Amino acid sequence: MAAPTSIPATNPPSSSEFKPLLETQNLELFYGASRALKGITMGIRENLVTAFIGPSGCGKSTFLRCFNRMNDLIDGVRIVGECRVGGEDIYARDVDVIELRKRVGMVFQRSNPFPKSIFENIAYGLRLHGIRATSEIEGIVEQSLKGAAIWDEVKDRLHQSALGLSGGQQQRLCIARAIAIRPQVLLMDEPASALDPIATGKVEDLIVELKKDFTIVIVTHNMQQATRISDYTAFFYLGELVEYDLTTRIFTNPAKKKTEDYVTGRFG
Amino acid sequence: MTESTPEQRGVDRDWSGIRRAANFRPVEWLAEKMIQGVSFTAIAGVFLIFLFVGKEALPVFLGQTDSRLIQPIIPSSEVAKVKPEVLRQYLGLSVRDFAAMDQDTLKELMQVREEGAKDIPEYARSDPDSGVNGSGWRYLIAPHQWSGNEHPEYIWQPVGNIQKFNIIPLFLGSLKTTLIGLFFAVPLALAAALYVSQLAPVRVKEWVKPGIEMLAGIPSVVVGAFALLVLATWLQSIFHYQVRLNAFVAGIALGFAVIPLVFSIAEDALTSVPKSYVQAALAVGASRWQAARDIVLPAAIPGVFAAVVLGFGRAIGETMIVLIVCSAPVMSWNLFDSARSITTTIAAEMGELVPGSPHYRILFMLGTVLFAVTFLTNLIGDVVINRLKRRLEGKR
Repeated sequence: MAAPTSIPATNPPSSSEFKPLLETQNLELFYGASRALKGITMGIRENLVTAFIGPSGCGKSTFLRCFNRMNDLIDGVRIVGECRVGGEDIYARDVDVIELRKRVGMVFQRSNPFPKSIFENIAYGLRLHGIRATSEIEGIVEQSLKGAAIWDEVKDRLHQSALGLSGGQQQRLCIARAIAIRPQVLLMDEPASALDPIATGKVEDLIVELKKDFTIVIVTHNMQQATRISDYTAFFYLGELVEYDLTTRIFTNPAKKKTEDYVTGRFG
Repeated sequence: MTESTPEQRGVDRDWSGIRRAANFRPVEWLAEKMIQGVSFTAIAGVFLIFLFVGKEALPVFLGQTDSRLIQPIIPSSEVAKVKPEVLRQYLGLSVRDFAAMDQDTLKELMQVREEGAKDIPEYARSDPDSGVNGSGWRYLIAPHQWSGNEHPEYIWQPVGNIQKFNIIPLFLGSLKTTLIGLFFAVPLALAAALYVSQLAPVRVKEWVKPGIEMLAGIPSVVVGAFALLVLATWLQSIFHYQVRLNAFVAGIALGFAVIPLVFSIAEDALTSVPKSYVQAALAVGASRWQAARDIVLPAAIPGVFAAVVLGFGRAIGETMIVLIVCSAPVMSWNLFDSARSITTTIAAEMGELVPGSPHYRILFMLGTVLFAVTFLTNLIGDVVINRLKRRLEGKR
């Protein structure tokens, strides 16, 4: 049963050649007594976009949040198993969560800029990490806003409140804020689900652009979105990783019946 | 398959049903009107109280009160010659009472006045200040060199032959105790609110929050008694000041009354800051404390400011604690001297006064001014809060 040929179910076929940047071994997560993640083993490659898909409540967002330990904030969460980033066990006792989160950035489902100016939204993270020189901060702010394709829209109003921006602009600002601190990994939890189609398109273009510099993991409900932007796709169902493969294969020739049913819209 | 008509499906085609008369809900209507009535009664109540207090205080504002020791006397034998209006004002009667009195009664009242004037002891009569009207504006606010003083001084001494009504020591007393109370209470309450709303584990929060809010349930007499008997001794043994009961002790005790109020409102404001802000801050590498201080606190500033304004109102309006702890109306900026606040003065002195006397009216004037001060504070607070809110929301 545990023959080597069964590996493609949980790992991309090319797994023999790459060393994953993010990897988990039998990761289990409990909310109190209920088991939300059931022994997930997977590796995520560097400088690619990996999409997590699956019906609501399947654990994909919870799994995503394991990689920057965002689940720590929830009372009663317990994690068993291994979760490594860059080879380091991030749940080890001596891990500095702040340093981890500096390397693993996150963009949330609902845009959540700070109630501060556009400039301050980005400068805050920089100052947290010890960058004090105004000229340096200004440079990084501009660079990040350009990187998030929002510079032209906001360059004349940098010192106005970020809450005055539209939803799509706010989300791109949040992406700029996340990339400003130069993380290696960018976790995105349904970053476009609250946006209109035009803003969604802009965010998607941005993600494709960003994968040159970052390893991106994105949770999405939108299967077209997964096909448009991701290189690999993982399908989760009821806390289990059902199938994980090249996106093209998941959507054209999935190995599992469950995956096929889901991607063709038969349930979900 | 036959199609069912809308009527068969129970669809009401009669659109007149949308008219209000068809759906009159008497209970709802009554409830709404009652709530409306109650809220308007509250506004009317505030207005009427202010009107009453203001009416009693009006003569002071207009400078019509007279607290001179030696007042002009109209001999009772002249009762028939004096103009009725002059006589009425001389006797301090209302138009209705005056109209109801016959000449004999009036004459008797005049005799009482004459005899009262005769009773003034000689030493008081010869006091150079016996002709000074201490209830005039000049004496209420500016210092005056009373006989026996070497310099002009601010003195509140409303009993005795020469009445001295300088209100500045009272304002200073209120200011001292209130500010000490706020300086003590606000940082503590805000720190506790920040801790409970952002940092404390659920288990701790469940104990600390009700604990602090329980403080609000302690009657201020009890707080005052505690300060008088225990706190005063403790503080004296720590700070080694001269006067055991002073504005500092009163201020700290006031702080105990203010803490739960400021804590409760500030905690609500901090808790209502969206959790997504905290998550965003943590995701860029902030610690819990940094997120609370840099993101949550600024986002909750309007509510926190409202808490402080309310705390100020509570502190300046609090009577019993200051009354118990210290009550000498000393004109001194020293925090470790005694003090007497405005409210304390009103509470302590109102009970034994002749209604209509200058002293009585001055107490009402103090009440009016206090009302104006708190009203203005709240008004300014409101404007500031709205500004802060608008700035946070990105509207200018």
